[in-house]
Amino acid sequence: MTAVVDKPTEQARSATPEFEAANERQKRRRGFLLALPAYAYLVLFFFIPLGIVVAYSFATRTRNGSTSLSGWNLEAYRKLGEPIVSDILVRSLLLAVITTVICLIVAYPFSYFLATRSPAVRNLMLVFVMIPFWSNFLVRNYAWRVLLGNDGPASQLTQAVGMGETNILFTQTAVVLGLVYGFLPFMILPMYAAIERMDWSLIEASRDLGASGFQTFRNVALPLSMPGVIAGSILVFIPSLGAYVTPEILGGGKTTLLGSYIVVQFLTARNWPVGASVSTVLMLVMLLAALAYFRAGGRTL
Amino acid sequence: MSTTRQLRGGTRWALSLNAFLVYLFFYAPIALLVFYSFSDDPLVGRWGGFTLGWYRDFGENQEVQNALSVSVKVAIISTLVSVVLGTMAALALERYRFRGNRFFDALLYLPVIVPDVTMAVMMLLFFTEGLSLVNTVFGTNLAKGLATVSLSHIAFSISFVSIVVRARLNGMNEKLEEAAQDLYASRWQAFRHVTLPQIMPGVVGGGLLALTLSLDDVVITQFVSGPGATTLPVYVFGLIRRGVSPLINAVSVVMLAASILLVVLSLVAQRARGESAA
Repeated sequence: MTAVVDKPTEQARSATPEFEAANERQKRRRGFLLALPAYAYLVLFFFIPLGIVVAYSFATRTRNGSTSLSGWNLEAYRKLGEPIVSDILVRSLLLAVITTVICLIVAYPFSYFLATRSPAVRNLMLVFVMIPFWSNFLVRNYAWRVLLGNDGPASQLTQAVGMGETNILFTQTAVVLGLVYGFLPFMILPMYAAIERMDWSLIEASRDLGASGFQTFRNVALPLSMPGVIAGSILVFIPSLGAYVTPEILGGGKTTLLGSYIVVQFLTARNWPVGASVSTVLMLVMLLAALAYFRAGGRTL
Repeated sequence: MSTTRQLRGGTRWALSLNAFLVYLFFYAPIALLVFYSFSDDPLVGRWGGFTLGWYRDFGENQEVQNALSVSVKVAIISTLVSVVLGTMAALALERYRFRGNRFFDALLYLPVIVPDVTMAVMMLLFFTEGLSLVNTVFGTNLAKGLATVSLSHIAFSISFVSIVVRARLNGMNEKLEEAAQDLYASRWQAFRHVTLPQIMPGVVGGGLLALTLSLDDVVITQFVSGPGATTLPVYVFGLIRRGVSPLINAVSVVMLAASILLVVLSLVAQRARGESAA
């Protein structure tokens, strides 16, 4: 970045190192002042709340359900090892992994197909991926609730073709379906970006040299598009692991996952330290995933 | 030299089918929801003849209308504040280097990364503790409500706005600002007449994103809204948990239409971005 000279009359002085230094100092101060409102806001309304949650995870729950901050301990973290909590942890991880894998399998061929279309068609197809991506999340989950409900459209369809009633609402299958529905665009967008910008002459060369379609995919296309695969997987895995709305609506409270467990600890069970410790662990997992995402070269949201 | 991106034989057929199924998967549930919102049958998901009755209920239901007005107020307040703060933050980080700018950069990314359940918990503890502290010290009687909801929405929207504006600033020609200042424009004039028009698509896009996020949020709002500050998504979420009803269908379709309108607007803003960059 070049130093901006404010007025031509100052140009003569700009050559001196003192002026350069003063100019530099002034620029720094200006940048700081510009950032200050947002900076102060985020420290007060984000960083301090974050600190409070971490602090609460070391606190003690008193008999009457309130939280005592005196005498910090690791009791709440010890609770994470108990079967009730660790079952929920394992189940949440499992559902998040299954969701990610399904999204991968569906999104890869889709993105590949998208990248082979003409630019006009491609843009139109992308718009129709973006629309559900930004549409109201709650409503999209509710749509599945209606679709899968008792005697609902899905059930009517399966009965009409003689497959009997559909009874997957309030099961883990419905939760995974809802998560895939909610987060599939998160997989498609970075994956498409990676496939789109790979060097397609290499694909052509591979085919010209006699490699089969599968060999070309396995040895050329997949390694080239790996950053997109990694970025997409992380973008699907993170929100799936912390999901709360989807399991509540489609799991019907029968399948408790991490998100619901945290909410219950705060709103009904009144065990804030345990809720805070689960939140802290979840946050750490997300941070690690985000670091991995940036390392994979991810930039898009 | 351009390379051909041809798919061969069976692959082409299989990939087309997959793409068709993906779009069916995306749009069939939404289409069915819209379809059944016009059904005159008290059971959702069954066709009982055409009616607009559920939409009339939507208009006449006082609770829904109250929730809607809270949602709109919160969305407008949080969008305005986060657009100003987010744009300033983006300018500071893209154009200047200052003490603590790396920490600020990281802090700005955190609200995007942290899951909403965790953020909800953070805001709940912060406002519970903070308000009780303020009330004991100043003898006031503040409670959670519209203000706490707006403050929380701003906290996550700033980050999204600044990311969108930064992407725009990144591809911008800095020389133009320098030229304006060399030609005796004041710093404010240079910003107002050179920088701002160029980053406008980013600012509008970021603002629409903030609006969408605010109108969509359920989890965080549920934790920080007092009894009088129920937003539409929180109200609907509460209804859904008690069971489905055709009224929810109608409310959902209205929310869906609003969010689709916002997406289309932001895509138009992005298109403007692409054209002015070319």
